[in-house]
Amino acid sequence: MNYTQLTENDVKKMLGTIGVKSIEEFFAALPEKHRFKGNLDLPAGLSELEMQKDLQRLAGKNVTTDEQISFLGAGIYDHFVPTVVDALAMQSEFVTAYTPYQAEASQGTLQAFFEFQTMVCQLTGMDVSNSSLYEVATAACEAMFMAKEHTGRSKMVVTDAVHPEVRQVLQTYARSCTGLKLETIESQKGVTAVEVIRRALDDQTMAVLIQQPTFFGTLEDLPKIAEVVHAAGAVLIVSVDPISCGLLKRPGDCGADIVIAEGQPLGIPQSYGGPVLGLLACRNDYLRKLPGRLVGQTVDKDGKRAFCLTLQTREQHIRREKATSNVCTNQGLMALRAAVYMAAMGKNGIVEVARQCFDKAHYAAEQIAKLPNFVLPFGGSFFKEFVVQSKKHDMNKVLQHCRKSDVLAGVPLGKWYPQLKDCFTVAVTEKRTKEEIDKLVETLKTT
Amino acid sequence: MESSVEQGLALLFEESSAGNCAVSLPPNDVSDAREGTRGLKPAARYEGIPAGLLAGEPPPLPEIGEQDLVRHYTRLSHRTFSVDANFYPLGSCTMKYNPKINEAAASMPEFLNLHPYQPADQVQGILELLYQTRVFLQEISGLAEVTLQPAAGAHGEMTGLMVISAYHRDRGEDRINVLVPDSAHGTNPASCTVCSRVAQTVASKPNGRVDLDDLRKKVDRNTAALMLTNPNTVGVFDEQIGDIADILHKQGAMLYMDGANLNAMLGIMRPGDFGVDCMHINTHKTFSTPHGCGGPGSGPVAVTNQLSPFLPIPQVIKKSDGTYDWDENRPKTIGKVRSFYGQIGVLVRCYAYIRSLGPDGLRNASEKAVLSANYLAARLKGHYKLPFAGPYAHEFIMIPEFGDSGVTELDIAKRLIDHNFHPPTMSWPVHHCLMIEPTETESLRTLDSFADCLIKIAREAKETPDLVKNAPHHAPVKRLDEVAAARKPNLRWQA
Repeated sequence: MNYTQLTENDVKKMLGTIGVKSIEEFFAALPEKHRFKGNLDLPAGLSELEMQKDLQRLAGKNVTTDEQISFLGAGIYDHFVPTVVDALAMQSEFVTAYTPYQAEASQGTLQAFFEFQTMVCQLTGMDVSNSSLYEVATAACEAMFMAKEHTGRSKMVVTDAVHPEVRQVLQTYARSCTGLKLETIESQKGVTAVEVIRRALDDQTMAVLIQQPTFFGTLEDLPKIAEVVHAAGAVLIVSVDPISCGLLKRPGDCGADIVIAEGQPLGIPQSYGGPVLGLLACRNDYLRKLPGRLVGQTVDKDGKRAFCLTLQTREQHIRREKATSNVCTNQGLMALRAAVYMAAMGKNGIVEVARQCFDKAHYAAEQIAKLPNFVLPFGGSFFKEFVVQSKKHDMNKVLQHCRKSDVLAGVPLGKWYPQLKDCFTVAVTEKRTKEEIDKLVETLKTT
Repeated sequence: MESSVEQGLALLFEESSAGNCAVSLPPNDVSDAREGTRGLKPAARYEGIPAGLLAGEPPPLPEIGEQDLVRHYTRLSHRTFSVDANFYPLGSCTMKYNPKINEAAASMPEFLNLHPYQPADQVQGILELLYQTRVFLQEISGLAEVTLQPAAGAHGEMTGLMVISAYHRDRGEDRINVLVPDSAHGTNPASCTVCSRVAQTVASKPNGRVDLDDLRKKVDRNTAALMLTNPNTVGVFDEQIGDIADILHKQGAMLYMDGANLNAMLGIMRPGDFGVDCMHINTHKTFSTPHGCGGPGSGPVAVTNQLSPFLPIPQVIKKSDGTYDWDENRPKTIGKVRSFYGQIGVLVRCYAYIRSLGPDGLRNASEKAVLSANYLAARLKGHYKLPFAGPYAHEFIMIPEFGDSGVTELDIAKRLIDHNFHPPTMSWPVHHCLMIEPTETESLRTLDSFADCLIKIAREAKETPDLVKNAPHHAPVKRLDEVAAARKPNLRWQA
């Protein structure tokens, strides 16, 4: 396949205009010893039809969550994606546009991002949002840098009920950033005791990162946590499941200073974990430290409402080494998907999705709790995900048995929490039917 | 343009009417099956949640029906310049055509509907695709190992710097300085800061090449690396590259290459062959993955054998039995740099692109990209100042100089919008310049009409400068008050 459109005649004409005899002349000054001789060792090019076949061959080697009933969560969820999300966000004008640096040629994407920023604020209860980051773990790192700048302090506290991969990425960033210390505190039965947080706070603590609902699906006492964090002069960063905001009090209403989220549940396919969507919103006090692109409303010469990228002096192409973040590319198309999703669901739709997740997850938990060989070790309140412990059989055998019956029962926890090696999390979205949940329960029962 | 543009567009929130919704959800088929809450109204069912955590009011999202929602976004799409509708010669961004089969590939349910924690035996297809992509990029870069994890170019830079720093630390050295040419992308010095490295500027010579004397003066045992874009940001290949690598390597420093301009050298030169130790690759530039209004991109990082022990985990591997898996056994790794594995959907497109073109197609792409840039430069010479001599790589910069008329690069850019051309990159890396990168996928007809248009604008700048200075005239909005936007930021709609 070849996507160039210059014919042999065109090439001749162009070379004539330039005044050279061959394309090779453009490369004549390159040092001979560094030139690449011969052909790249890659498979020969394919026609479109052959390409389709190759893709189908690879696709055929995957088992999708359409073929098996999925209760996998742990950060990526099988939520319903309305048809309008694909139909609108996949319009090629959006897919093939770039960052809206030229405002007059990009009013469409600029307005879409302005609306996105607004809806992220409406959903999380925060004052301002940027127009997206890569995903939640790097958003957590950016939030950490914001807190460091804001407080001038050095210690970041994170509870082990935060997604293990988010904590791993924080660790990578913290290791490479001089003068930054990461302290992990332990949760008990899936929640972080306010007292444990209080003990970790000192005059060098810049921030505490809490996930709500936690990685285990349980609920932290956010308003209480906010009190103790603020009393120590630290910043409260909350990583929230955006769907939960349809039922639970928004983090902004619980005292969060910075909210981050994995935005994947908002109309983005699971995509084997990427591309997904990092959300980052904050209170007004933090605006000047908010990384990533921001769209602002202004007027044109005629006084007509218009939108443009703004506060770009924060960004690295102006600030260079003085910039506090190196983020440049965002997740524009994923932000657009989330925007269409939030607008499509609207005020009532998001509540209904959240309620169905809650009800279905609780129905599943109640049924599993009745099984003799399984228990719910954490108890307490949860949203759409909960931990199940296998009392009798090796957990890997349980999950394998379920897969044989076309059920993806859950995500095993032993890799991250050795003490929970016989446990797995079960996530239930609005997509799961009673019949599917009953099949999960039945399959577990027959293990 | 359609009439909606003339009317100005309402915001979603202004189109909202209480009670509308564009989605219908299935019935809640468990609400009566739940013991203890059977028959209770929803509100009463959630009493298990601590009172302080239950929302009082629903989040105030807009309420819109499906048809209005479709019209809203379709109208927004009509107000967006894109590669599919417009020539987009945005220098350093490589806005080449995004093949449709790549989009179809990335939309296959077998790639979309995969959960990152499915066991490896259920995802052999995507793992094979990722492994192959990794091997392809290794071959193209001439480097030993590639990680696909970084989410974008700047994220790749940061990952590369972390890898380099970890390498030096492993040898007992904490090399704090990173050299960056004055013409480098702004993300380079910013990435240094994020990694607690100190960016030091290296001067460029008047011909745009690195000043080797200045480089020699600045490289010492505290130098971790030099971050170099090659071909550089003014569009010329720095043929001193071998000497640059030698100067660095003699002091134990690494040569980092910003791969933003890789599209000029596919199959012609390989960074690994001219002394590069570490580089990031922007798949959304060189390998035709679409830019999506600013993302998602993808920034794989390629390194030498010396640096590979420090790459992020997990790495996709092919096992001796021919199956594929994730490997986390890398004791010297810098760790994870994002959750899960990377921008998979973007990498699917990258795979399809490299596989479709093959070695000949890739080389042809670079040759035609370079030809197109040199052709536009030749056509515009005499109408605009070309501060650097050719031959150019895949892009070049030019400076509008129209004496007392007061017409600037910004005015030229805005006037191009009137002619449905997306403006080139402006005012960087040289003051008052326009940086033009046509890419290989444009037809001669498009290149010519763009050159004709710029020549016409040059004439306008001299004869009717106000026409240019007040452009755009035919866009949905006139020039914006960007100063007011920054002075009093209004970043969200409020009732």
